[in-house]
Order: sequence, then structure tokens, then C-alpha cells
Amino acid sequence: MKAPTRPSPLEALDTTDERLVLRRGALGSLANALARIRSGDIGTLPIIVGIVLVWALFGILNPVFVSSTNLGNLLVQSASEGIIALGIVLVLLVGEIDLSVGSMAGVGSSILGVGFVVHGWPLSATVAVVLAAGAVVGLAYGLVFIHFQVPSFVITMAGLLALLGLQLVLVGQTGSINIPFSSSIVRFMEKDVLPHLVSYVAAAAIAAGYAGVSWARARRRARAALSSRSVASILVPSVALLAGLEFACWYVNRAGGVSDAFVVFAALVAVMDFLLRRTHWGRAVYAVGGSREAARRAGINVTAVYLSVFLLCAMFASLGGMFLAGWLGASSTEAGTGNVNLDAIAAAVIGGTSLFGGRGSAYSALLGVAVIQSIANGLDLLNLSSAQQFMITGGVLLIAVIVDSISQRARRAHGRA
Amino acid sequence: MHPNDGRATAATARPILALHGISKAFGAVQALRDVSLELWAGEVVALLGDNGAGKSTLVKILAGVYSPDAGAIEINGQPVSITSPADSRRHGLAIIYQDLALCENLDVVANLFLGRAEGRLLLAEESMERQSWALLRSLSAKIPSVRTPVASLSGGQRQTVAIARSLLGDPPIFVLDEPTAALGVAQTAEVLKMIRQLRDRGHGVIVITHNLADVRAVADRAVVLFLGRNNGIFDVREVPPETIVAAITGLNGHAKGQPAEASAGASTP
Repeated sequence: MKAPTRPSPLEALDTTDERLVLRRGALGSLANALARIRSGDIGTLPIIVGIVLVWALFGILNPVFVSSTNLGNLLVQSASEGIIALGIVLVLLVGEIDLSVGSMAGVGSSILGVGFVVHGWPLSATVAVVLAAGAVVGLAYGLVFIHFQVPSFVITMAGLLALLGLQLVLVGQTGSINIPFSSSIVRFMEKDVLPHLVSYVAAAAIAAGYAGVSWARARRRARAALSSRSVASILVPSVALLAGLEFACWYVNRAGGVSDAFVVFAALVAVMDFLLRRTHWGRAVYAVGGSREAARRAGINVTAVYLSVFLLCAMFASLGGMFLAGWLGASSTEAGTGNVNLDAIAAAVIGGTSLFGGRGSAYSALLGVAVIQSIANGLDLLNLSSAQQFMITGGVLLIAVIVDSISQRARRAHGRA
Repeated sequence: MHPNDGRATAATARPILALHGISKAFGAVQALRDVSLELWAGEVVALLGDNGAGKSTLVKILAGVYSPDAGAIEINGQPVSITSPADSRRHGLAIIYQDLALCENLDVVANLFLGRAEGRLLLAEESMERQSWALLRSLSAKIPSVRTPVASLSGGQRQTVAIARSLLGDPPIFVLDEPTAALGVAQTAEVLKMIRQLRDRGHGVIVITHNLADVRAVADRAVVLFLGRNNGIFDVREVPPETIVAAITGLNGHAKGQPAEASAGASTP
């Protein structure tokens, strides 16, 4: 017990309990972080350690892995899977699952091929139709789930088959519709990058935005007589964020640059994170995930919450399918099949979103997909067959789930289950 | 003679909650038969009875989960019908179930404001946190931090959060279903202190319990049910515990035939 209650001229309302161990200043924050990790509140730590390990390992095995070109590619490859994983995060947060995201992505990709290429629809109209298709499917899942109380994994498994059939019908006999290489969607996925200057300015803006939001919150809390972060404890991470992002931009800009598709994905993650943490809807999502019955009794519209997450998940999947089609340059019957489904779910779980609801964040899609795609990319560079890739990815997923389980045990032992 | 006559007549001479002749049957089973109960502002009534006596059924009728087959419910002398949980809340009843209905993954502030979070577009976290501290302090509650998830709190602290949450709407009537059933000694004392505070603030409190020590510690009156009937209303301070135990177990002779008439401190209108 260091300095239990240091008398301070401005005692904040939330630090007056004599049993609180207060640690102040930069060293204090560090000590707090270590204490949290020991009690199993590990947050994003294992995933960051995981990414560093994976990159170090593949970098040693094949130095090409950590080259600017390859890391730039990694960003593009992450976009479509990441957007699908973002939808999975939402359904996992309410303790449900959507097993059909791969097929939904396949349908999104086929609609793009049929509408945009075969019928020559404008891209904006095609995007609208694809998103609407996702919305219809998600709404249907939600309504069946609410009205018939069928477990979501059964509903979406049925949906998986039905959507796979729809995808085969749409793409037709040929099995593949090539998207012209010069079309906007393919260029967007494969070529378009942020101009170098814009990438540096955007990185600076993100760091400044982080500092600004943190500072505004500290001001609001201080005004409400609550404890708030010191200027130093805001500035240090902000400067670190600035340095990290600028370095990353510089490194990737040496070759291709920061892909626009990845920027769209990252922006979606940031928007979803904001909605989940700061709005009534987000609070309701976590509440339903924590205890559906408690949320219902408290007057939360549980039905609307379920509908909204199934809807958003299917829409993200259909959007991810368009990205997939642009990246592959074709809408084929293969799009969205194979490991797309499980990779998206694995990414969300590896990123730290609990399979049991109520715990996780939008950023787990970003972090989880970084691990999954790094492994896939690294194994490709080592010329390993897809058989070996499957087995290794499976092993990584198992490790992630075990880490989650161990940290949950630590949380329980420290009363934070 | 009503123990609270002095206090009650000052404001209104009516109980804040009165049940008259409540009956409820499930098929062939008569769960409640002609049960009456009164609750006055500023008193704690213990609702006692062995398993199957009908306590839970009575609570669920107050909560709007079941509707009674016969009988009347009056709030402040006005007859009301409670057909849904929303009705129950609207009439000023706060029912706190044994399972508390908290979201363990959310922190104390989020749980206190569950379903009624403040803020127009965005959550007004600072305002809610401030009110949470004020509320918990007014209950002299010992919660180390309102930003820890409820999962990390002790059973007594969770009970405190559940009671504090229902206080936010400032309901006049509290119904607590076995609030101390799963708690240790210190935590039980904490919850009993909270119940006394509710009474001192002028709320009416009904506590369902099996624990006679709790009854003696906080209750003003004890209403005993036996096999779905009233089996005595006792002034806890004047009646020895053996008499109450006899009523709970049906050994006081009243349960056999005619409707029960209290042996001491009876208050039938």
C-alpha cells in the first residue's frame, strides 16, 4: 500500500474511498497497468505480443516479410477480411454468432460481378444494392432469431447454405465473372493509395485527435470534480502514437503506400468503436451481451439491439465481399468459401472479443485480422502448402482461445470475471 | 393498533400499499387464498413463510408477472391494476429479485443507469458518474470504485448496487426478495443497514426472508403466510420469535380452519 490517501487540495469525488490504492503520475499509471495485467485484465497486450512475435519469426525466416512492399500488401489483404471480422465482433458482443459471413461476402461479390460488370450498373448503385442485400439477410436472421428463439448458429448455418446456393445461381455456369482490371473497384483495391503527404497529415491528425479527445474528457471530468488524467499522461501516449503512425506511413510509403481500402477499413473500425463506447446503442449492445434478462428488465429494447447487430454484421460481410471481388479481380463461386468464414471469426476472437458476449471492442477486428493475415502472408512467402497453412492457423486460434481462457481464470481469481 | 399510527397519520391515514383478499390459483393448486397485507410509509414489513407458502407468488403479483384471480391492490388508497412489470414500476414499486439482474461485464455506473442512461446523442458519462457517487454516498455504501465491473464486487456490494439502482427513480415502495440469502455476516449487516436507511427516508419496504435474525434486526412487523393464507401479523418487537416460528410452521393452530387472525399486534382494517 503506497500512499493510500494522499491529502490533496482538490480531492476528486471518485478517489475518496480509503480502500482505493491511488497511484498518480506517469510511474503511477505504469504501476496501475502492471497491476491490471496481473489480475487478468490483459486487454490488447497478448495480441500485440503475438503480432511482434509473428513478425519477428517470419522476418527471420524470410526478410522479404518485413519489407515495405510486403507490409503494404498486408494492409490491402487485411481490408476485406477485417471488415467481415468487424461484423463478427458485433454479433459476438451480444453473445451470438453469424456463421454465414463468408457466403454473404460471396453473394456480395457475385452481385458486384453481375450488376457492375454484366449489366453495367454504376458503381454507387451496385454498392447500394449489395449493402441492401446484406441488410435484408441480416434483418431476416434477426427476425427469425427473435420470433422463433432459434439459436443463431443454426439460423446462420441454414443461411450459409442458402446464400451459397444464391451465389452459384448469380455467378452462373461459367463459375467466374472477371472484373475489368481498369475498373474503379479493382483499382481501388489494388492500386489506390493515400498520397504520401496525405498519409503523413492523416497520421498527425489521428494523434492530434486522440490527444484532443483525451484532453476534452479530462476537462469534463475535472469540471465534474472527478479524477482526471494529467496532461503528461495524455501527451506521452499521443506522442508515441504520432511517432508510431508516422514511422509506419514512412515505411510503407517507401514502396506502394497506404492502401485506400485499408484506410476505409480502419475508419470503419474507428467509427464502430466510437458508437460502441459512447452511444446509448453501444451501451445497450454490451448490456445485452452481459445479461439479456437484466437488460430486458431495465427497459432496454433487446429486440432492436439484436436486429441492429445481425443487420450490421451481414452488411459488413456484403461490403467485405465487394472488397474481396475487387482484390481478386473477379466474382467467382470460390469467393467467400473456404476459410473466409472461420478466419473472420478467428480474427475477432484472437483480437480479444469473447465468444460468450459482453466483452471485446471494435479494435479486436483490426488486431485479430493483422495476426491472421500476417500468418497467411508469411506462410505464403515460405512456400508452404495450404494444407500446412490450415494447420498452423488452427494452432494459432487454439493458442488465442487458451490465452483468453487463462486470462479469464485470472480475472475470476481477482474478482473480475 | 398500528405501530406506525403516529407517523402515518401525520401525512395520510392510508397505507401506501394495501392488498385485500388476493387469491391466485395455478390449475388445481390454490397458491394464494384471500391474502391481505398493508404497508405504511416508513416501515419495514417482513413477509415470512415456509417454502410453498406463497411469498414468491405474492411478489410476482406485485411485480406484474402474474395477475391475481381475485382481490384488490390499493396504492395510497387508490385501487390499481398491475398487469405488467412496467405497470408495477409506474405505480412506484421497486422489486429487487434475488438474482439482482445486473450486467456483470459493465461497471457500476453503467449498471446504475441501465436502461436510463443520460445524454442526448452521446452518453453523459461524467454526469452519471457524479450522480452515482452522490447516490452511493447517500446510502453510505462502501463501493471502492464505480468504474470497476460489477463482476469484481462482493455479494453485498452487488445488492447495494441493485438497491441504489432502484432508488434512482425514487419509488415509494421497495420489495426485496431474500436480499441476504447468499451473503456473509458483514455483507448481511451492510444490506440490513441499507434497508433501515430506506425506512428512515420514508420508503415502505417489504422484505421476503427466511432468516428470523434479519426480521428482528430490521422489520417493524412480520406478515406470515402459511399454505397460501395469512397466518398472523406480528409486531416484531413485542412478540417472541417462537410465536413467529409457530406461525410459519403452522403450529399455532390458526391454519387449520378459519381465516387466520393475528395473535398480537394485529392490524386488519
